[in-house]
Amino acid sequence: MSGHPSTYEPKNGFTKWMDQRLPIIRMGADFMTYPSPRNLNYWYTFGGILTLCLVAQIITGIILAMHYTPSVDAAFESVQRIKRDVPFGWLLQPMHAVGASMFFFAVYIHMFRGLYYGSYKAPREMVWILGCVIYLVMMATGFLGYTLPWGQMSFWGATVITGFFGAIPVVGESVQQWLLGGYAVDNATLNRFFSLHYLLPFVIAAIVGLHVWAMHHAGQNNPVGIEPKSKEDTLSFHPYYTAKDFFAICIFLLIFAYFLFYYPDSLGHADNYIEADALETPAHIVPEWYFLPFYAILRAVPSKLLGILLMFAAVAVLFILPWLDTSKVRSMRFRPVTKLWFILFVIACFVLGWHGALSPDDPVMGVKSVWWSRAATLYYFSFFLIILPVMGLIETPKDRPDSITKSVLGEASS
Amino acid sequence: MKTSIKTAIIGAFTLIGAAFAGTTIANAAGDSESDYEMKHIHWHFDGFRGTYDRAAMQRGYQVYKEVCASCHQLKFMSFRHLGDKGGPFYDEHFKNPSDNPVVKGLAGDWEVTDIDLDTGEEITRKAIPSDNFPAIYSNKIAAAASNNGKAPPDLSVIVKARSGGADYIYNLLVAYDEEHPTENPVFGGQIAMAAPLYEDAVEYADGTPATVDQMAKDVTEFLAWAADPKMEQRKSLGLAVMIYLLILTILAWFTYKQVWRNVKH
Repeated sequence: MSGHPSTYEPKNGFTKWMDQRLPIIRMGADFMTYPSPRNLNYWYTFGGILTLCLVAQIITGIILAMHYTPSVDAAFESVQRIKRDVPFGWLLQPMHAVGASMFFFAVYIHMFRGLYYGSYKAPREMVWILGCVIYLVMMATGFLGYTLPWGQMSFWGATVITGFFGAIPVVGESVQQWLLGGYAVDNATLNRFFSLHYLLPFVIAAIVGLHVWAMHHAGQNNPVGIEPKSKEDTLSFHPYYTAKDFFAICIFLLIFAYFLFYYPDSLGHADNYIEADALETPAHIVPEWYFLPFYAILRAVPSKLLGILLMFAAVAVLFILPWLDTSKVRSMRFRPVTKLWFILFVIACFVLGWHGALSPDDPVMGVKSVWWSRAATLYYFSFFLIILPVMGLIETPKDRPDSITKSVLGEASS
Repeated sequence: MKTSIKTAIIGAFTLIGAAFAGTTIANAAGDSESDYEMKHIHWHFDGFRGTYDRAAMQRGYQVYKEVCASCHQLKFMSFRHLGDKGGPFYDEHFKNPSDNPVVKGLAGDWEVTDIDLDTGEEITRKAIPSDNFPAIYSNKIAAAASNNGKAPPDLSVIVKARSGGADYIYNLLVAYDEEHPTENPVFGGQIAMAAPLYEDAVEYADGTPATVDQMAKDVTEFLAWAADPKMEQRKSLGLAVMIYLLILTILAWFTYKQVWRNVKH
């Protein structure tokens, strides 16, 4: 797993025996002593936080699966049984549901951090791409999981999203029926969604392994975006970053607990407490908050097929980002103009999320919501396809410090 | 370093806030427009330490039993739930609510269908605490046919199933006016449910005057509990967890400072 020379020395008979046969203790020891840049700030604690999220989701999910019934007649009721009659079910079920929101909240910060500090640039393209794959599988898992309680939004959300595939020319209808296991969202759909929802988290765990491996091999990026040059520039992962990550995890858990214990339903939609009814369409079908930006992009164009293509392109563009950004400078700290475009990009993402929740015709400051979505969608793609390629060629970056150590000793602005 | 802590924390709260705003908007989008001004009630169960008002829940149960239950089921609830910890008829002497004589008595007021174990024939018998609240109509079509074409919704989670929650249910019940019994401004126009509450529709055992407003508040308190029966447990555990985490966070901060004491970063 490591990209640094091993300093581990087996001390007793057992560890020596193991080290010659399966050097798993060495692997763990090397992981803990991994030299990390000394200047990592709090934005770099989200890797640890996300690992915790994944583990928490898997554990709560496995227990919930022991009590959940994947059947159109019993799914909604079984979730109620979990919350009313299963010991601590009232805690586990919201922990899993709120946990999904917290997971996405953390992953978005992690991704914005990667964007800001240029963590996708050589030699870390694979770290970034694997991260994008994880995000994609996370989205699938989140969507599948939201179907399981079999509320109105579960059912209609699943109907809308599987309907995307129906928009594919020629084969669309067949693909959609194949995915659903029938002509509409029904028992066959619920069963396969449950099966896949159980499978995908383990796929995520495997890709996370690759993501961390790639990161250790290429070395961690850092806020100034300069590679460590001397031993002075790095610190052992343990105890320095274990201590820092632990503090950040505690803060994160406080926020998590606040939602879990006091506002467990605030991140969901009231309609999902109504059992799914194929004959009654809700007034407004909206996805979970973490999909709202993509929902806004989908609805920004009048053509369904084009909307779907744009929505997928919004994720696909992340995969080619390492080759779109032409700047050799990693950190936005030294890119005064691009930094402003970046801030505008973050704002555009929030605007998309906001308008994803509105109806396209709702007026906001005298302008129809759909036009806000269109402007933000245009900017979203322009940022990746025009601003980053062009700014890298024309921008004069600020002077960068000679080393990480010099930067922390106060020879560079932040 | 200090500034990066600040930015991290501010960033975190901004995102949480945005998530909140997003969902509020998402929920608000489901509301129908009307000029009716929703009254906000200060519920006993609001806030960090909020609990259910037991007397109100007990009165609310009476309103449910004598008024609502002629059309609306509580299908995810059993009679024993009434005697659970935090429930309206909890008695600390009966840890198993099925032994609670009050709960047994309340269950006995209802009839449920069962199968005779000797003949296999369908029979009707008095309910016991382990029985579910019985179905009112034999199926959804029958329910709709007897109620102006719309099946009355189940009330087990109704408070969670409407944006606005308890306030929505309360306002819906009091928003009827006598001239238009089939219209409700909170519902947003025509409603299949005719005004269910009228002055003295029930006679409260504790002598509370049974005004429409009082009954609406009481039954909402009861339904809020029915939708979230573990709220009191959740909030009290939450407080302990938050205090624990706060102490842990402070210790983690000092640990971090101690480990990093000789490193400028």
